[in-house]
Amino acid sequence: MHELSVCQALVRQLDDIVQRERAVRITQVVVCIGPLSGVEAQLLRQAYPVASAGTAAANAELVLETLPIRVACESCGAESEATVNRLICGVCGDYHTRLLSGDELLLAQVELERDELPIASSRH
Amino acid sequence: MCDTCGCNITPGNAHLVRNDGPLARSADGREAITLLKGLLSENDRQATHNREHFDRHGVLAINLMSSPGSGKTALLEATIEALASELRIAVIEGDLETENDAERIRAKGVPAVQIATGTACHLDAHMVHDALHRLDLDNIDILFIENVGNLVCPASFDLGHHRNITLLSVTEGDDKPAKYPVMFRAADLMLISKADLLTVLDDFDPVAAERHLRNLASRAPVITVAARKQRNIDAWLDWLRAEVAAQRARLMRQETLRPAIQPEGQALHTHTNTRQPHRFVQLP
Repeated sequence: MHELSVCQALVRQLDDIVQRERAVRITQVVVCIGPLSGVEAQLLRQAYPVASAGTAAANAELVLETLPIRVACESCGAESEATVNRLICGVCGDYHTRLLSGDELLLAQVELERDELPIASSRH
Repeated sequence: MCDTCGCNITPGNAHLVRNDGPLARSADGREAITLLKGLLSENDRQATHNREHFDRHGVLAINLMSSPGSGKTALLEATIEALASELRIAVIEGDLETENDAERIRAKGVPAVQIATGTACHLDAHMVHDALHRLDLDNIDILFIENVGNLVCPASFDLGHHRNITLLSVTEGDDKPAKYPVMFRAADLMLISKADLLTVLDDFDPVAAERHLRNLASRAPVITVAARKQRNIDAWLDWLRAEVAAQRARLMRQETLRPAIQPEGQALHTHTNTRQPHRFVQLP
């Protein structure tokens, strides 16, 4: 489905980072996915090798962090855990809640190797 | 988005920002860079640009989403007929193949651009941008973007529009909002369509459908329509008129509006021109 488009967008961002940081390769990518982002972690993981093939981000370890769904209630003020199709307040049951987390779709962190390493690396 | 600095740090991901700041170096010389940047920031940048186009020309842009066959095009036909003398309407149609829906709209005397996505299951902001350059925006009050019929993927892509409408036809289950929460959570308005069939489809309960929507913490209004019979569309037309007035008032205040639920704060990022292949259907 659309996970391949999302993954292609991710790889383009990684390409930009490689250029900007003068990196030779990206070794790890951390992506935050909220259950309400509409993106399925497993499908994103399957799409990654296809989307990243031939780029400096190919072979990077893809870490997918799933974030909890949390809501704040505007009626009683409580913060509570929620599920994808039950986003009402866990304390008073009101539906006037605000989502605190759970819809993220973020490139959180990348780990990269540069051309000129400040410390001699034993990995090469 | 954080109101103070515009970053994407939320209570859910704050732990990723390390104590020593966004850049940390490990012993083997690798660097970790913390970005917290929206994955779809390229699309969202284009969407912001589209919204500027719409606002500059005084257009209200509405994204129609639903499963295939829920009556999006029929709703547009009835709406055009009812509002033809009052508001200038144009339509962007998204389907995998064919020019059929655009032809139905043009038959009502309204400009329509068909986007054939090929295999793509949703419209994105780049496709809409290409299409809107085929329209005379100065002569449009409402632009409807009829998304690809799909209750999953279109919800994730901002097109630059102002309002999301999700249709739920009574031939589907009334628990669709519970089954497809991302889509229904994104709705600024839920339209229960084909309501003239309620008399024969007594297993669809509009009250239950609304309850499932409220369980998503949605405050969106719910309007019931029977577009093919031109029945019960007055409340929908009034909603549209109010939205056009609200858009004009916003523009007077030099403000704009994003649709209900789109991850915010992704408007400031890099942009490249690579994108999904798509094409316009050429008329013979």
